[in-house]
Amino acid sequence: MDNTRKFKRREFINTSLRLGIGAGLGAIAIGLTTRSVEGKTLWQLDTSKCVQCGNCAISCVKQVSAVKCIHVTDMCGYCDLCSGYLRSNPKDLNTAAENRLCPTGAISRHFIEEPYFEYKITEELCNGCGKCVKNCGAFGNGSLQLQIQQDQCLNCNQCAIARTCPSQAFSRVDRDSPYILKGFESKKSKG
Amino acid sequence: MFFKHRRIAMKNRLQIIILALVISLLTFNAFSIQRFPKPEFDSGYKTPAVQVSKIQPAVFEFLDLGLFILIMSLVTWMVLKKRSRKGVFWISVFSLLYFGFYRNGCICPVGSVQNITMAIFNPGYTIPLTAIAFFIIPLGFTLFFGRTFCAGVCPLGAIQDLFAFRPISLKPWIRYLFGLIPFIYLGLAILYSATATDFIICRYDPFVGFFRHNASSMMFAIGGILLVTGIFIARPYCRFFCPYGVLLNLVSRVSRRHLSIAPSACINCRLCENSCPYDAIDKPTGLEVKNDNRELVKRLIVYWFITPALVVLLGWTASKYHDSLALVNFKVRLAKEIMLLEKTESNVTPPIEVTTFRSSGVSNEALYSEAAAILEKFRIGSWILGGFIGLVFGMTLARLTIYRYKNDYTANKGLCLSCARCVEYCPVKEGDTVETEVVPVPVGLENP
Repeated sequence: MDNTRKFKRREFINTSLRLGIGAGLGAIAIGLTTRSVEGKTLWQLDTSKCVQCGNCAISCVKQVSAVKCIHVTDMCGYCDLCSGYLRSNPKDLNTAAENRLCPTGAISRHFIEEPYFEYKITEELCNGCGKCVKNCGAFGNGSLQLQIQQDQCLNCNQCAIARTCPSQAFSRVDRDSPYILKGFESKKSKG
Repeated sequence: MFFKHRRIAMKNRLQIIILALVISLLTFNAFSIQRFPKPEFDSGYKTPAVQVSKIQPAVFEFLDLGLFILIMSLVTWMVLKKRSRKGVFWISVFSLLYFGFYRNGCICPVGSVQNITMAIFNPGYTIPLTAIAFFIIPLGFTLFFGRTFCAGVCPLGAIQDLFAFRPISLKPWIRYLFGLIPFIYLGLAILYSATATDFIICRYDPFVGFFRHNASSMMFAIGGILLVTGIFIARPYCRFFCPYGVLLNLVSRVSRRHLSIAPSACINCRLCENSCPYDAIDKPTGLEVKNDNRELVKRLIVYWFITPALVVLLGWTASKYHDSLALVNFKVRLAKEIMLLEKTESNVTPPIEVTTFRSSGVSNEALYSEAAAILEKFRIGSWILGGFIGLVFGMTLARLTIYRYKNDYTANKGLCLSCARCVEYCPVKEGDTVETEVVPVPVGLENP
């Protein structure tokens, strides 16, 4: 007799707690969905804030960073003496390793016509250190820019590079415009 | 005129360097001007496209979500209706392979707690719909059916479950003591995500490195240690660290239905007694313990008064350390560094954060006031965090005094992970009726 009453009381408490939790979960779901919901957003770094500190190469959770150097070819001057490709005081103007700036040899160049060269980035070799980006920005057109290559990015909840970025250049962007490149977006809107 | 001059210069290296320097000085504040305009090619060369990768269409996320709901339903059916350990096992292997290794372990309800908190406290943060779904769905299922999510859907649980070869039974005091860690972890995770500082659950996710085959050696080491420990202490992360498990545990206690060891009345055969690797089976209570009821009530009253004191004491203690906790925040750290540099006025080269900040044009005062606002949030937050930990301590102590008479072997609704191992040991068939009244074996008398 006593026991059944106890069980009823316990059952009642359980039921009301269950209803309470259910209502709470519903409130969270509805509240957040109506307020600030969005589709998937992606991490990206703003090239105008980037200072090429080199953290991108070492802070990414991937052993080879998802940040890559992107060549905005439209901005390139096709120089022979490319400050992003060659060290600042090269012995000779050739592609020998001691003259090249990229530590992984990810930039290659191809002769087009006198005196112009095309520069290409081998993405698998690029580790996002930003050495070329720094020099190209300082002495050239700034056509080499660091960006998160979105197919490489794991889209972590909190980007590990963003945590250490000294200029706080990382933010989440809409998936419809996943790249923040200088001289690239403007071209897109024109065409 | 100017362009012509530049073209000639192209051929001479020395000149071009000087020119570049001059132009770079001239155009220092106007980046829109190209130093070396794109040449016009005579050979018909066309500029190659910019090598940026395409984005995966959004459909995949919703496919994932659909699959997630499907697997949740399937595993729940396996646990409650089919009562099949084999079924649960194979589903968990599938979840491990798909959500773990294929999807890189990153649609994960465990971490979604932080996204939800962040969205609640920071109106500017836009939360993806899938994050809300991944947070709500497992809790919803748990509310009705128990922690079936832990049993066969969570890839973190699945990988540990495979390693539970020789589980040992832990002493209750160890279980209670270590069982407090997840509450502290959850509290810290909420504090850091509410202040928009960091997502620590994701940062210290132990197994994501295995799923990606790619992580720091530290991550691998933590994961490896947990897996090896898991051979003897089954599912150590789930039981003693998982912050989402705290929520599932609490919700599961009032779940409408739950895995039952025996499909009908328990016959107290004791076959299932040692079957649970997680010490989640409540044994029938003896008869004699009830005599100590007065003592227990006395203790409960004592704890009743101790708990508020604990809340205040731990809240106060935590708030003393709020600036250390806040150092994880970038802005707070930066403000501290700059303050220190201004004070000392030595000629040390400032770190790159500081130089970058100084060139950004924001005034020190603006940064200080922003950092002060964040610190204030941390002060309040650490009070709440400490108070919460105190409350959990008090409640855990109080729970030890509550004595419930039990006749059968039952799964502890909070701790049970619904893995359905115990079900295999139960000889009772569905619909069996007990013919005679079974007298439970008093615990104190089983080994005279």
